[in-house]
Amino acid sequence: MRASVVTPAGPASDACGKLSAVTTPRERWQQAFDASPLREATYATMSGVPLAPVYGPADGSGEYPGQYPYTRGPYASMYRSKLWTMRMFAGFGTADDTNWRFKEIIKSGGDGLSTAFDMPTLLGLDSDDPMSLGEVGRCGVAVDTLADMEDLYAGIDLGAITTSMTINSPAAPIFAMFIAQAEKAGVHRSRLGGTLQNDILKEYQAQKEFVFPPRQSMRLVRDTMAFTAAEMPRWHSISISGYHIREAGSTAAEELAFTLANGFAYVELAMQAGLPIDSFAPRLSFFFNAHIDFFEEIAKYRAARRIWARWLRERYGAQLERSLQLRFHTQTAGVSLTAQQPEVNIVRTAIEALAGVLGGTQSLHTNSMDEALALPTEKAARIALRTQQVIAYETNVAHVADPLGGSWFVEELTDEMERQAEELFAHLDELGDGSMLEGCIKGIEDNWFQGRIADSAYELERALNNGGRIVVGVNRFTEGNDDEQMDLLEITNDDEARQLKRLDEVRHRRSQAAVDAAMERLAADAADPEVNLMPALIDASAAYVTLGEMMSTMAGVFGRHVEVPTI
Amino acid sequence: MSARILIGKVGLDGHDRGVKVVARILRDAGFEVIYTGLFQTPATIAAAALDEDVDMVGLSMLSGAHMTLAPLVVKELRERGSAAPVVVGGIIPDRHVAALQEAGVAAVLTPGATAEQLVAEVQRVLDAHQSSLH
Repeated sequence: MRASVVTPAGPASDACGKLSAVTTPRERWQQAFDASPLREATYATMSGVPLAPVYGPADGSGEYPGQYPYTRGPYASMYRSKLWTMRMFAGFGTADDTNWRFKEIIKSGGDGLSTAFDMPTLLGLDSDDPMSLGEVGRCGVAVDTLADMEDLYAGIDLGAITTSMTINSPAAPIFAMFIAQAEKAGVHRSRLGGTLQNDILKEYQAQKEFVFPPRQSMRLVRDTMAFTAAEMPRWHSISISGYHIREAGSTAAEELAFTLANGFAYVELAMQAGLPIDSFAPRLSFFFNAHIDFFEEIAKYRAARRIWARWLRERYGAQLERSLQLRFHTQTAGVSLTAQQPEVNIVRTAIEALAGVLGGTQSLHTNSMDEALALPTEKAARIALRTQQVIAYETNVAHVADPLGGSWFVEELTDEMERQAEELFAHLDELGDGSMLEGCIKGIEDNWFQGRIADSAYELERALNNGGRIVVGVNRFTEGNDDEQMDLLEITNDDEARQLKRLDEVRHRRSQAAVDAAMERLAADAADPEVNLMPALIDASAAYVTLGEMMSTMAGVFGRHVEVPTI
Repeated sequence: MSARILIGKVGLDGHDRGVKVVARILRDAGFEVIYTGLFQTPATIAAAALDEDVDMVGLSMLSGAHMTLAPLVVKELRERGSAAPVVVGGIIPDRHVAALQEAGVAAVLTPGATAEQLVAEVQRVLDAHQSSLH
């Protein structure tokens, strides 16, 4: 297929302007690198051997970071300009509790926040809903109204730090609450930087926190994409997530393929809504798992960048370099952690985190050793952050971009990941009759994704049980398994009681007339598929309409999704 | 006739990898397995257990709500006249096991239990229940 011309943005355009004078990829890379801001550090080995920012063939040929198709990294200078963001996911109990943990993270050197919500919030239920019993504040923070959002980010300058929110089915109303809260605190929406997970397709495929049927959910995704494209230049509207697909049991190639296919579906969704591709594609970001098979993970990240760049340019006609450069967050594999001898999880997490860094991740969350048993204690979470700091500041691995590029093994594994992914894309493309958007939705409706993931999960389990796969402390090397369990974080029922009291107070304090008017408008806007729902949701948030009320109002129009249970 | 086991997800947690793997392991071990699907309440689990006339109920609990919800499932079953034993599997800290057993849970399977241990424990619970009926 013939490629269209790419117009690079930013520093690289200087390099391109002088293309005629430049002959090799190496020289083009050098020009882009020279135009990049650099971080102060000693770029040499421990013994004083100077290190180049990247290595390649002696004749200057080959592919370099920051060059299409970006296999070796989205930027010419990679970590020499900026280390990855050490973004630690946190959230538990009430908003006050999590606000305290956020401030601890900032104090100990974390530079981005990532918010975990509790199960009721993830499903758009209020804390006083009968279904919420026992789940309030357990797996994350409970957010019912704007009042909780205000407490959650109190004393944190949202114009200065980036915030990521792991929320999907109720992403639009939670995002609306976040915007209403920031603007009340004096930070205009245009200054807000961060990421909304907002990846609903993988919910039906893997994580299963869905509320509305797929097509209605996709309308909300479209609305958030259009809203951020128009009003929030620093915001990433979707974090297209393979993490949960992998955690649910997929292989690395399935994680890669399903995630990118979902990405293509969102691209088609926005294009169908009339958004020019280069108006929203630069704000799409990705989220991958870092599992324990070290080289396969690195190959997966490299293949992801290459596939995304090719598809965006060749199939969807993107022109801006930023649209083609896949940027991603990484989290180490929760599912690789063991309850047995949990201290060993520190080692697993370190190896997985290293794969993310050698694969060129833009941000990273490292799991805590005790997370196979409970939410992490403060000490366990600190060790997890320290693990990243050891990689960043002691090992020198960040000095050289794509250090494994050119390895026969890693290059071939990268090609193999790409080949397997293309096979899966071909299936979805056929299923959708030439539309990846339709293919992904049909694949969900037909249980194709869910079935493949469950099959792969069962295969892995069988390998563990027949000894084909060894997990230290589980099926080998079990001495020490009977030691007394370490101290774990205890979430008491007091948190649930406190949250119910807070919610009750808000319900009594707010103006019922304002709530009624806001809900009426929301219902009317929801009924008209041409209307963007974000303004109505922001107004409803400001009137202290609860999350549950907003979601029920929309469910009245959209209906609710029910999955047919299959083993 | 093989024993009938109802496997369910109670509460709001959608993570169904574990429950599906467990269901397949038990099915492959010769049990008849009925899976409720996601987002069940203690009442819907108990109603299904009676409708399906099962010999045992298995719950997959990963979100930390086990101390609240598992005892409620036992209570709903007993109130409806079912004596089916309840087995809980998932992310359960050791120090919660005794309290769950006191609340009437027959057995608790913690993370990392192997397929062999799972099948043996289920068989043990079924046998104990059978002998208590005679």
